[in-house]
Amino acid sequence: MITRREFLQASLAASAVYGASGFGNWSRLAAQQALTQDQLLQFDDFGNVTLIHITDIHAQLKPLYFREPEWNIGVGDAKGQPPHVVGPAFLDMFGIKPGTPEAYALTYQDFQALAKSYGRMGGMDRVATVVKAIRATRPDALLLDGGDTWQGSYTCLKTAGQDVVNVMNLLKPDAMTSHFEFTLGIDRVTEIVETLDFPFLGANIFDAEWEEPAYEPYKIFERGGARIAVIGQAFPYMPIANPSWLFPNLSFGIREERMAEVVQEVRDAGADLVVLLSHNGFDVDKKLAGRVPGIDVILTGHTHDALPEPVLVGQTILIASGSNGKFVSRIDLDVREGKMMGFRHKLIPIFSDVITPDAEVAAAIEAERAPFKAELEEVLGQTDSLLYRRGNFNGTWDDLILNALIEEREADIALSPGFRWGPSLLSGQPITREDLYSCTAITYPNAYRSEMTGEMLHTILEDVADNLFNPDPYYQQGGDMVRVGGMAYSIDVTRPQGSRLTNLTMLKTGEALDPAKTYVVSGWASINPDTEGPAIYDLVEAYIKRKGTIALDPNASVAVTGI
Amino acid sequence: MTLSRRKALTLGLGGLAFAAIPGLSLASTVEELTAAFTAGATAATDGITLTTPEIAENGNTVPVSVDAPGAVAILLIASGNPEPAVATFTFGPAAGRQFAATRIRLAKTQDVIAMAKMADGSIKQAQATVKVTIGGCGG
Repeated sequence: MITRREFLQASLAASAVYGASGFGNWSRLAAQQALTQDQLLQFDDFGNVTLIHITDIHAQLKPLYFREPEWNIGVGDAKGQPPHVVGPAFLDMFGIKPGTPEAYALTYQDFQALAKSYGRMGGMDRVATVVKAIRATRPDALLLDGGDTWQGSYTCLKTAGQDVVNVMNLLKPDAMTSHFEFTLGIDRVTEIVETLDFPFLGANIFDAEWEEPAYEPYKIFERGGARIAVIGQAFPYMPIANPSWLFPNLSFGIREERMAEVVQEVRDAGADLVVLLSHNGFDVDKKLAGRVPGIDVILTGHTHDALPEPVLVGQTILIASGSNGKFVSRIDLDVREGKMMGFRHKLIPIFSDVITPDAEVAAAIEAERAPFKAELEEVLGQTDSLLYRRGNFNGTWDDLILNALIEEREADIALSPGFRWGPSLLSGQPITREDLYSCTAITYPNAYRSEMTGEMLHTILEDVADNLFNPDPYYQQGGDMVRVGGMAYSIDVTRPQGSRLTNLTMLKTGEALDPAKTYVVSGWASINPDTEGPAIYDLVEAYIKRKGTIALDPNASVAVTGI
Repeated sequence: MTLSRRKALTLGLGGLAFAAIPGLSLASTVEELTAAFTAGATAATDGITLTTPEIAENGNTVPVSVDAPGAVAILLIASGNPEPAVATFTFGPAAGRQFAATRIRLAKTQDVIAMAKMADGSIKQAQATVKVTIGGCGG
């Protein structure tokens, strides 16, 4: 093994990691107030191996607005560390000026105004242009998809993932891993996987009965004169965070010992470079990197973080490539003598108005959408508020959903899951059916109405809060806090489970939540089988149509301390 | 001839001397269980590996395994269960490996404790927190 000092010297000398990496270029572009495709793609080839990473697309084939989080609290050792840095602090940390394209892409401030200046981001046709351009200079480049690809849009739901599969196949990925894919149901996943020209990797996916590996753990590629092992790691808490009845015979988990075994296995097989294509979530990967030796690169996913520079843990570099097609990461590596000697990295922002769509992929996307055109484009209403979801606590998209649940289901309290997917809409935009589905399209959509005691509700909120704020990343599930309507609370994120939430108050009456009293609660995305109620997208559609225009009051129902 | 997995497991169990703790009509506390097992010896933390999921996928059947090379007995405790005693595995001299795997029911989030008694009477201990969660809001 090379020492950390040697490693840093190698990378600094050979690639001038920070000085000449993507971010310096971005700042210059901002100064020029001009963006071109050539500038976005500009990259001085380095080393002999190239990785292209994209993750958490959530079936978003078309360009979109996606506001990055205003709240992304890190607890324990993660406090104040990337990716738990947002807004102005993020700009300071990475030397970005406010109001620039990169500030718009990576932070939330002035989102509405900057979105109008810099336009939508993403689009798989634009991503295809970037991938093809990289492959033109680096034909051996590996395209690795971190999963959460086959879920999240109207057309994906209606075609059971086929539209995204067809489009992604044109990009020719070399491997992928998974999370929401399994919510299509195991039979459908198996059906799709059998058609893929690339492996669907998951070292941590096991047969639940026999505890035997259920999917290929890794694939070794010969590229650029090096043997590159790509190990896949699916979302560890699949049967806990999503309905296990959709994939009843599978077990997941972090399985750190298994990862160590697989890394050893690929090293023994002669791998010069070990890449972990992960859907663990950033903090889990960061902990894993410090405990499992021998991984050179972790391509992180699940927590939707976008970082302009890699995070180093020992000799492992962690890459965070964002979500929803907003970014593609390119990592060039110098791999010699069985070692990673240095790297150069760029987080490429997919400004949809700057990057020319790839004609073939653009046509394929339109062909997938054509049968659904009328349904997709139907306008349900208009929003006078900026609608966004991402953030540790209530976002406006979920405020809208919560209001709809309370009204349509005549509930005292509403709950909406802390999903991190779901694009944003600017105030003044129409809300189409496609927009609504991009924030609600799941295969277990029933909006339940049930009775819960105040005590039970408090227990549920504490349980979810611990999934987010447990100081040990291995106990975090990677979603955001469940959104609550009809109720306010205070939360001290530093407290242990059971004592984080206080001042639980009913908004309607101003009374404290009574542990003994029974309340009517409505919510969606229950993981229990046989959940009854209308589909969430039908319920919210009826609500938006009835309201006509959506205008949300500022939400001050959650008071956060301990940050 | 291919040995089926089921047969192999059966054989494997035959090779191990497996003994559920007898006569537990009254729940013993964690302290009572460990005191009886260790006979007062202080536990070391090396040489024993306890493998559990961090978060249980199903609290009713949580896979747990303990590897303690050289052990003559392994005690498994679910510290937060109404009945903390889970099992004691004993290994005879012919045992090829001092390893035990089983599935246990966990009533709530708690520490699972494994203790191994070595041939010289020394004790090794490992523990891990297994979270039993309501779940359902990840993504």
